[in-house]
Amino acid sequence: MTRWLIFFRPGDIVLILLAAFCVVASFPLFWSSGVGERAVIRVDGEIFREVALDRAATIVVRGALGETRIEIEKGRARVAADPGLRQYCVRQGWLSRAGAIAICAPNRVSLSIVGRHEIYDSLNY
Amino acid sequence: MSDDTKFMTRSTIDADPPVPPQVTAELVVTPHDRQIARLAAAAVGLAIIDAVIPLPLPGVKPGLANIITLLALARYGWRVAAWVSLLRVVASALVLGQFLAPGFFLSLAGAIASLAVLGIVYRLPRRWFGLVSWSLCASFAHITGQILLARLWLVPHDGIFRLLPVFALAALLFGILNGLVAANIHAGIDSERAR
Repeated sequence: MTRWLIFFRPGDIVLILLAAFCVVASFPLFWSSGVGERAVIRVDGEIFREVALDRAATIVVRGALGETRIEIEKGRARVAADPGLRQYCVRQGWLSRAGAIAICAPNRVSLSIVGRHEIYDSLNY
Repeated sequence: MSDDTKFMTRSTIDADPPVPPQVTAELVVTPHDRQIARLAAAAVGLAIIDAVIPLPLPGVKPGLANIITLLALARYGWRVAAWVSLLRVVASALVLGQFLAPGFFLSLAGAIASLAVLGIVYRLPRRWFGLVSWSLCASFAHITGQILLARLWLVPHDGIFRLLPVFALAALLFGILNGLVAANIHAGIDSERAR
């Protein structure tokens, strides 16, 4: 092991440390783009409210059938209650990734998560 | 068969052959060329070993052939290193059946980027920056060149940059490793010559 140490020059060590730092820093830098930052709530296709996912809140939205209750927590959001028959949007549970969306079609309410940048969306495209 | 063809025997065809103009292209093979060919052959061998080592992610490779590029640079200068590196890319692609496939262009882009960076770092004072530095800079240049070409041409979407941390980690580890091996061989040849 020590036999190999003689091949390291001072500049090599500096460069290795620099490179290692860049590698460590690159993980959050390139892997954070999918993190949701805001929740966008739409009623009848119109934006009803946009909330940052930084603290807990409960938002009640009045739709075509009745009230949809949306819960916000740090970094995630869900539809907690909805008057719709099949409860698809409620059963989706917590949404946290950018681009995730829960649609309560009967009540015409949707909850979508967006990140820092708008991401390519094959549903709406 | 008609009578006509019967007459067309070999002797009638060859009876009065047109004299082809004598064109002789003589390739003078210098010892320098042989040196490059030897190094490139070694590099192709290592590139094939590289290709058969199974690794979990496509695109992550040890890049063992770059040991030869580093040695060529250390012992014979940048021009020889560039020859060896580019010959290796073409020849190993031919051997592995990757010639003109996307993988070929990716490794070509990586090789060109590495050579460009090596052209700069090998002028740095050797007392401070050894082969490990060169190898590290070259491996990072390699992934940069590759991922830029991939982004521009193969996968025109920013999602490809999510692979970058993984590639960077591989470049760090294999960069240091290949640099150490090259430095060891370089020193070994030196002490062999000194004896």
